[in-house]
Amino acid sequence: MTEAPTAPRQVSVGALATLRTKERVVLDIDGQSVGVYFLGDEIRAWHNVCPHSGGPVCQGKTVARTLQAIDPATGKSPGLTLDRSSRMIVCPWHGFEFDLLTGVHAVDTKTRLRPVPVAVVDGDVVLTLG
Amino acid sequence: MRPTQLDKARIRELEEIGTRSDTRDVLARATMQARRDYDDYFVVDIDAHVSEDHFWGEVIELIDNEYLRDLGQSQLRSFAGNNALLNIVPGLSHQSVGGRITHQGRREPDVPQGEHPFVVAARRSMDAMGLDYQIVFPSAMLLLGMHPQDEVEVALARAFNRWTVERILPMDERLKAFVYLPFNTPEACETLVAQYADAKDVIGFTVCSTRNNAIHADCYARLYAMIEESGKPLAFHSGYHWGDPSFAQLNRFATMHALSFTHYNQIHVSNWLINAMPERFPKLKMLWVESGLAWIPFLMQRLDHEVLMRPSEAPGMKRLPSEYMAEMWYTSQPMERTNMELLEATMKVMKAETQLLYSSDWPHWDWDAPSVITSLPFLSEQAKRNILGLNAARLFNLDIKPKKPRADAVLATRPGRS
Ligand code: FES
Repeated sequence: MTEAPTAPRQVSVGALATLRTKERVVLDIDGQSVGVYFLGDEIRAWHNVCPHSGGPVCQGKTVARTLQAIDPATGKSPGLTLDRSSRMIVCPWHGFEFDLLTGVHAVDTKTRLRPVPVAVVDGDVVLTLG
Repeated sequence: MRPTQLDKARIRELEEIGTRSDTRDVLARATMQARRDYDDYFVVDIDAHVSEDHFWGEVIELIDNEYLRDLGQSQLRSFAGNNALLNIVPGLSHQSVGGRITHQGRREPDVPQGEHPFVVAARRSMDAMGLDYQIVFPSAMLLLGMHPQDEVEVALARAFNRWTVERILPMDERLKAFVYLPFNTPEACETLVAQYADAKDVIGFTVCSTRNNAIHADCYARLYAMIEESGKPLAFHSGYHWGDPSFAQLNRFATMHALSFTHYNQIHVSNWLINAMPERFPKLKMLWVESGLAWIPFLMQRLDHEVLMRPSEAPGMKRLPSEYMAEMWYTSQPMERTNMELLEATMKVMKAETQLLYSSDWPHWDWDAPSVITSLPFLSEQAKRNILGLNAARLFNLDIKPKKPRADAVLATRPGRS
């Protein structure tokens, strides 16, 4: 959580083939905590610090996004439903939900996770840490 | 730049936080916040909760009425389980947001042999959040004011008070409690006040606000006089009741919860003031628990406005309602903080520097860490210290010698789990 500003460095955290067997892996790297997520062919990494109250946002559950079904022709709503194609990161402290791919809160687009640059280099997942 | 290959010892995988995670792991970030911001503060948490359903068999066993004890034990063994005799509606209890917030209803792992699981969990939460004292309230029992059988409220109140005061509090000097008053039966409340007025670890008396009693009714006059005489505060702890006809219009837990927790305390404060109770019981210290803060300036303005125009309906009042309200005490959680200007104005009008008491509500879903206070940009350091602990020390006569371990020591026992 205490992240002293240092020169950016690239850190290989493991082989993509191994890591992606899970949807999410949370790593402590020299005291910096990062959640790395795999969804289809996409990879994302987010700082494990919630913008709400500093909770360990990446160590909660990941869930399907909840949607309100609305019939555009009538404006009627048959109620809530789950979009199983998108995944939300749920902060375990108070339930803020962030889109796994964009890091944006489900309702308030101003509330976002802080990204960690991530790439695949020679089959390894590489994070750029500040 | 070639990627650095850190050796394995410097990369560690962190586990998911779930219902069986150790409290110290769930709250490790709060411990880091304590180390950074308030390690040397005296901190009192006025409102944390027992998940009494986990220990319900221990409570039921202490019911003194033989018929109700037998009924409770029978229900406990069969269909009602841990909700025996209670009036909560499990199917409407959405606090965990479908299991997303896992500390609601959590169970503590790795409880050392011979220790009570609740005390172990509470001690770990105090250490992790940097609390010197924690004051505990029940959870499911907060709805008992709406129970159709008054005698059940009395029996459970008496049993729960015994369980708390005789079994739990002696196990840790940092734990304190309010005695639950079964307010639907004033005589039973009077008996409990007489019984516990001098109990060392009982720091006050509490009424669960979720009920339809008019709190200014004369049937409570003797009770208030007795509590006033004890010198201990009277806390109204708010709650929800989705079955209330007004709230039955609301189709989501979020909206029902947002409105009902403020609704009950607004009604009780309104009745308290318009009936001139502060003038009739001037030394009775009133504390309003778990309604957040945003309702306070609303009600101050609203009542001032009405009373100025209709003084003939409030002839016992000698000052404006807002002036009486600024002399009452309030707990902080769930502290609305999406608009700092409004929060700053709220804290100013309610005299937060002397009247506000930090509360966590841990382990409930909408809990607040002490950092909600230390992170406020407009408070002085003295105001933060007052709200986090010194106001409580004054109200409850607590010794302000530090009781908690330092954050570094807590982190050293469970390094880097979150
Ligand atoms: S700290 Fe993440 S939701 Fe509150």
